Amino acid sequence: MKPAKFDYHDPTTIDEALGLMAQFGDQARPLAGGQSLVPLMNFRLIRPAHLIDLNRVNDLSYLSADDHALRIGATTRQRELERSAEVAKRWPLLRDAAAFIGHIQIRNRGTVGGSLAHAFPSAELPVAMVTLDASMVLAAKTARRSVGAEDFFLSYMTTALQPDELLLEIAVTALPANAGWSYQEVSRRHGDFALAGVASVLALDVKGCIQHSRLTLTGTTPMRVRKAEEFLLGQRPSEALFRDAARRATENLEQDSDIHASAEYRRAACAALARRALTQAARRSAEQVKGTSR
Amino acid sequence: MSTRQVRLTINGHEYSGEVEPRKLLTDFLRDDLGLTGTHVGCEHGVCGACTILFNGEPVRSCLLFAVQANGAELKTVEGIAPNATELHPLQEKFWELHGLQCGFCTPGILLTAEALLKEIPNPSEEEIREWLSGNLCRCTGYQNIVTAIQETAKTLAEKSR
Amino acid sequence: MAYIGSRVKRKEDVRLLRGIGKYVGDIHRAGMVHAAILRSTHAHARIVKIDAATALKLPGVIGVLTAADMPGLKTIPMRTGVIPGLERSQQTPIAATKVRYVGDPVAVVVADNRYIAEDAIELIDVEYAALGPVVEARASMEPGAPQLHEAVPNNIAANFQVNVGDVDAAFRDSDLIVEEEFSTQRHSAVPLENRGLVAEWDEGRGLLTMWGPTKMTHTNWRILSELIGLPQSSIHFIEPEVGGGFGARGEFYPEDFLIPFAAMHFRKPICWNEDRSENLKAMNQSRQQKHRIKIGVKKDGTIVAMDAEILFDMGGYTRTHGGVPAIAASAMLRGPFRVKNYRCNVFCVLTNKTPVGTYRSPGRYEANFVRERLMDIVAHRLKLDPADVRRRNLIRHEEMPYDLGKHPFHYMVYDTGDLPGQFERALERFGYESFKATCAAAKLEGRAVGVGIGCFVETSGIGPWEYARIEVDNAGQVVLYSGCNSVGQGIATALSQIVADELQVAIENVRVVHGDTAQVPYGNGSNASRSTVMAGSAAVGASRKVKDKLLRLASAKLEIDTADLILSDGRVIARGAPERSLAFAELARLALPGPALKNGMTPGISEEDFFATDKRPFPYGVHVAAVEVDKETGKITILDYLVTEDVGRKINPMIIEGQMAGGLAQGIGGALLEEFVYDEDGQPLSTNFMDYLLPTAMEVPKAQLISTEDFPSPHNPLGVKGAGEGGITAVGAALANAVSNALGVEVKKLPLKPDYILQLIKDHEAAGETSDADL
Repeated sequence: MKPAKFDYHDPTTIDEALGLMAQFGDQARPLAGGQSLVPLMNFRLIRPAHLIDLNRVNDLSYLSADDHALRIGATTRQRELERSAEVAKRWPLLRDAAAFIGHIQIRNRGTVGGSLAHAFPSAELPVAMVTLDASMVLAAKTARRSVGAEDFFLSYMTTALQPDELLLEIAVTALPANAGWSYQEVSRRHGDFALAGVASVLALDVKGCIQHSRLTLTGTTPMRVRKAEEFLLGQRPSEALFRDAARRATENLEQDSDIHASAEYRRAACAALARRALTQAARRSAEQVKGTSR
Repeated sequence: MSTRQVRLTINGHEYSGEVEPRKLLTDFLRDDLGLTGTHVGCEHGVCGACTILFNGEPVRSCLLFAVQANGAELKTVEGIAPNATELHPLQEKFWELHGLQCGFCTPGILLTAEALLKEIPNPSEEEIREWLSGNLCRCTGYQNIVTAIQETAKTLAEKSR
Repeated sequence: MAYIGSRVKRKEDVRLLRGIGKYVGDIHRAGMVHAAILRSTHAHARIVKIDAATALKLPGVIGVLTAADMPGLKTIPMRTGVIPGLERSQQTPIAATKVRYVGDPVAVVVADNRYIAEDAIELIDVEYAALGPVVEARASMEPGAPQLHEAVPNNIAANFQVNVGDVDAAFRDSDLIVEEEFSTQRHSAVPLENRGLVAEWDEGRGLLTMWGPTKMTHTNWRILSELIGLPQSSIHFIEPEVGGGFGARGEFYPEDFLIPFAAMHFRKPICWNEDRSENLKAMNQSRQQKHRIKIGVKKDGTIVAMDAEILFDMGGYTRTHGGVPAIAASAMLRGPFRVKNYRCNVFCVLTNKTPVGTYRSPGRYEANFVRERLMDIVAHRLKLDPADVRRRNLIRHEEMPYDLGKHPFHYMVYDTGDLPGQFERALERFGYESFKATCAAAKLEGRAVGVGIGCFVETSGIGPWEYARIEVDNAGQVVLYSGCNSVGQGIATALSQIVADELQVAIENVRVVHGDTAQVPYGNGSNASRSTVMAGSAAVGASRKVKDKLLRLASAKLEIDTADLILSDGRVIARGAPERSLAFAELARLALPGPALKNGMTPGISEEDFFATDKRPFPYGVHVAAVEVDKETGKITILDYLVTEDVGRKINPMIIEGQMAGGLAQGIGGALLEEFVYDEDGQPLSTNFMDYLLPTAMEVPKAQLISTEDFPSPHNPLGVKGAGEGGITAVGAALANAVSNALGVEVKKLPLKPDYILQLIKDHEAAGETSDADL
């Protein structure tokens, strides 16, 4: 399974990379971690005439956090995200989501930006980024723009990226106070693509009522379930509440069907995982509320 | 389409070659450089038979093009033993505890295990299995591999006292 | 100290650990070029036209071969499992007029390297006239279904019956009759190394050398000779390191003809290294069977009769194994239980899918699943403990040797064993009774925890014969030339242990040669867990002849009667006077032609032996599994697992445990994960490792693996029973029973996918059944 021929470019600056994207447009593919792209090339399912290797553009790989936000350079390795103490402390949802990506060897090369740009249906980072209201910085040779995570994922493996654009950075703002989180996933084997994946962030107020809620499910694109989020606001956590919210979230939920699981299964699994995610997020939030109220 | 020069360090030695950009690192190692210990099981990044250490980290060499390794430091199975007559403790324990049968997955597993023990000198069984989950073995059922790694951890700990 | 019975470190390991073992893909010959196979993309079609003109113009392409370049193509013969009728659906090495599965070879491209060869494949234009495919066995048998082979009406490649006792009368005598349908999914060996071959034709000397053949080296040597028209003495097979076989690697495949043919045609050494996407379409698949089964029992659970219909899905052609999985399933369906009245009607059915061969414990993995599920269903219906129903029916030691009655194609006399004793040992060591309490307690908490049993009798050590030659060379080294093969199982170590004990030498001074037709003239290979039994016994025979020669040589030199000489530590020594001795090296020098001929002795220390038998030893044992099922996601966690197996005698306990552990992992793959799925057009959907799921270290639990030596087999001088398949054979059975027990449902098929589990739970709740599976 050898790839078809291609011309290879290895720019060392962002400008150079963007210049190549402008020049070769839809004939080109950017190469970041390669953990998704190269298998497709080896199967000859994708045959770019030009491969633009971003691995030598050092300015594209960074993790920097301030009081306001976490900024992730697009070619930051997933393993770096997973291991960062700052991310673990302030954006643990990202660490948990990243830990579900494949295996350690994959995460050593796979990148945050690469996973988002590839936009595979059951991928973890897209779901997590939507849940965290992240924003993506896209750039072409002559222009930059910012796109919110929900607007970034358009359809099956299609993002807002234009053929001449690169994803440069992902910005994630700080979470509300006392936010609890949870990433739940079910797959055939450890490390496989999720059959169903759910991310949730809940923040309780001092009275124990939900004042911030986010719930996102895997689907063809990450599915943020506003009706469930709205239903939860102002309520107190309970088993019955979360069961109800999960039911609302997955009623008529569109899911894919393949040899691993039917759409019906995925819907049922999403409901179970949604309930579990909400429960865990609420518990973690409650722990923090208890902690800060001392 | 032109070829590119690749210069890299493997197991402490310098190598170079001239390759088409599409040449996979696995094929460069095996065919161009004669380092056939790195095996090819799937060419799509799942089985782990091609695992090498790339700048110290275990990665799938079937998902790298040789040109990407220009300037890199690699370790392959041929570089695990300290010399031609002695074995690394991992190799000793795999031998002692029957941690291999057909041997096809073994190079990739040894390198993953080496990286694991460097990062976590005293890993739990759960951690060992998690690290191993990216390396498929069709013969052993993993049990003896896990034990061999656990015993190696003990040996290395004793050595460093 | 004896080597037999001890945990000797394997001789194979150091080179493999260092990464210097040479597998076929590591072999380079000067001027070697690369082949790639163009394979059919249709499941069923006529080939209208093949146009390779563009491909031939690509720089680096040496040539393209099709059936048109291979006049007089013969079909690949069966070497075993020959059921009358199967010969009508054999495969030619390349498709000439018709393709019958996606993956059927259509052309061979030879180029400077594999990259260019794959580029060239894309440039070959094949025009197909599609024919309707049929992908399911029952549909394939229906009148009006597309016909795969002209000579095979209704795609029924073969049909045979087994008939023991009087089934109909026995059913009339039953208190309860249970009728069920079960199915097991297509899955297979999928070794980590893909297949490969290197072929080199020395035109000057008329010698064809092949690296890569394994498993059935001598059989394949003969088959190639017949197909390619060269005498065997002009063909040399060399076995490299092999990355696992499990039954599928090493049979004679189309490529085993195509690659040497191409080497002779182009007069260049050619290598072919299959890639994974081909392997998942072109290597023998297995395990797909449908069983309709009826069992009659007394109300105490005693089985009186069993009647089964088996549909064996063969794929598009009959391969070298003929109908082995069907034969084995029908032979071993009764397993360890006393069933005096048994009938089985077996259909070998052709479908437009990859052809089928054997995979570790062929037919038995399937049969054990069916029978053990049935035992639990019977227990449930009779409100008896599944363990008690088994106890009532297990064949007892006093009944051994136990004749199961005539089978047209399978040896059917269990040699020896205490099946009930092994059963009690398994349950006791597992803690079955206390675990049942654990299950009950978990259920009260709303958790689905269950335990399942899978009993088995395995077949092993098949004959008809095996070859060994042992020589002592001038350095005193003992060399065994064995007709077996190594697929990674450690046979060279086991054989070395046997020879070292027989000849009282250090194991470091024993070398084993296998798989090389220039060094080993005869052999029946390594399959069906036969090597230790057959090759080991032949090695014993040859060793004893060598011992005799050594003693005679020493006797002549030392002038001591052979009765007063013994072997010790690489020497022949006088009993009671050890200072009077000769080392093997010295004896070898005495056996050189000069001195030997002078003394009227045959020169050399070299003795051959054939061990022949038409009987088989039957290892037997029990699997016990404990699972927890997540009722919301259908995910199964294996909490605990135990395998017991009586292997007669253990040559190397470490190797045996390794076989059990490896078999268990594959069995788990088969029960939970692995499946070759096809769509209704016969397009394979499991053609990469994200779709065909092999178990990882996270899916295979640590297990208790207990091998015993209670009943050595009387059929060979070592007393061994082959231990290669006991670990896998009842995993589907035990896990399916455990899941059924955990959920109070009736599993009828494998694999136990999460959505199948959720479906079972949903149907169970809808039926409003109370979970009275607290047994």
